[in-house]
Amino acid sequence: MIKVENIKKSFGEEEILKGISTTFDKGKTNLIIGQSGSGKTVLLKCLIGLFEPNDGLIYFEDKVLKKMNDEDRRNLREDIGMLFQGGALFDSMTIEENVMFPLKMFSSQKKSEMLERVNEVLKRVNLENVNNKFPSEISGGMQKRVSIARAIVNKPKYLFCDEPNSGLDPNTAIVIDNLIQEITHEYNITTIVVTHDMNSVMEIGEKIVFLKNGLLVWQGTNDEIFKTDNDDVTKFVYSSDLFKKIRDLQVKKS
Amino acid sequence: MKYIEDIGSYFLMLKKVFSNPTKTSVLKDLILKEIEDLIIGSIPIVAFISFFVGGVVAIQTALNIDNPLIPSYLIGFATRQSIILEFAPTFISVIMAGKVGSFITSSIGSMRVTEQIDALEVMGVNSLNYLVYPKIVALLLYPFVIAIAMFLGIFGGWVAGVYGGFSSSDAFIQGLQQDFIPFHILYAFIKTSVFAFILATVPSWQGYYMKGGALEVGKASTNAFVWTSVLIILANYIITQLLLS
Repeated sequence: MIKVENIKKSFGEEEILKGISTTFDKGKTNLIIGQSGSGKTVLLKCLIGLFEPNDGLIYFEDKVLKKMNDEDRRNLREDIGMLFQGGALFDSMTIEENVMFPLKMFSSQKKSEMLERVNEVLKRVNLENVNNKFPSEISGGMQKRVSIARAIVNKPKYLFCDEPNSGLDPNTAIVIDNLIQEITHEYNITTIVVTHDMNSVMEIGEKIVFLKNGLLVWQGTNDEIFKTDNDDVTKFVYSSDLFKKIRDLQVKKS
Repeated sequence: MKYIEDIGSYFLMLKKVFSNPTKTSVLKDLILKEIEDLIIGSIPIVAFISFFVGGVVAIQTALNIDNPLIPSYLIGFATRQSIILEFAPTFISVIMAGKVGSFITSSIGSMRVTEQIDALEVMGVNSLNYLVYPKIVALLLYPFVIAIAMFLGIFGGWVAGVYGGFSSSDAFIQGLQQDFIPFHILYAFIKTSVFAFILATVPSWQGYYMKGGALEVGKASTNAFVWTSVLIILANYIITQLLLS
């Protein structure tokens, strides 16, 4: 479980996050949604420690991130898996080396044990026979799956995903969404996904946090988001023609 | 004001480079890879340039000696002094600022743009130690490259002098031995070591703290070359003033 209390973050004069408080539940896929510029990625980067909030507290279980010493922070980072928007695979390493990287850095396993674990997670994300390829030699969807494999190879407690579907076709996007949700349940981890993809919201949004202009304006589940009368949320949800048509059809039927 | 901030951020970077070290077994592989990229990969171009510039120095010296009273061993003497004191340590380093410097900046800058550095940080890896420290260690072997440049530069001078008909082999070798001061070699290697540190760290700083996309990676590489060259020339002046005057 991750809890944030009154998180504020500014860059110069511009206040991006204006005091956000919420809880991200363990064993669920927690989605942070909102329009571009609403502060989703900044909030995510505050959570993973890439940005230091100007104010507010972030709790990982019962420990406050700000009060952790270097040792605690190092330990915490070993418990974090991250799926970046572009995959962020190390392009000078093979797929096998990429996935093995966290194990090489933090475990004392033998190479054969590490290789066994790498093959196990690659199989879990439905990738086989790509061990010796470089990231540039595989498709965008496969790169995302390798990135998920690298994120979970060290059995993390927290999984963060920044726009996991960007640049993917709808079919591949659904595969990635489902994979993230399955892994969340299988490993019973706290997963936080930043997205503005309504398909993801429908597919995997077990808890949804909606941001607008740096403020949390709504939170709920993927069932509740279609029933809410919050103007900001309905505008966002029905900005897609497809969802508008579905809503109109439902109105006609009723 | 920005320059002061930049200098501050450079020294803060150095502090982080030497803290929270990467696992030894991983570091060993990284250092070997950097030696291959930065040292071994530079030897062919350094050898080529040194040999031919050494030859040109010998020919230019010979062509500028009109007075029959000036002994012909001066060609070997002038070639040795030019190559050991300035050409090999300083000008090869400026050339390396272009080759090695832009390679370091563009590789680290590309990692920044594609979030690979963020990925390292999120995993709990000290990205500065992981990326920059192996380069500093690899460039400890840089004086070895300069030693090759010295040897090939003088050899190129001998070939051009003797086979170009400007000097006899004996006279050239006599010139090489004339008034030889061993400290000049030490001086050359001391400044080479300082240049090696500049070569490893300034382009790394440019790449690590760059912002933007692919175009900015190119700009950062150009800046890295400019600033590394400027610092090498300045350091050369200061070290020469301190050690030789």
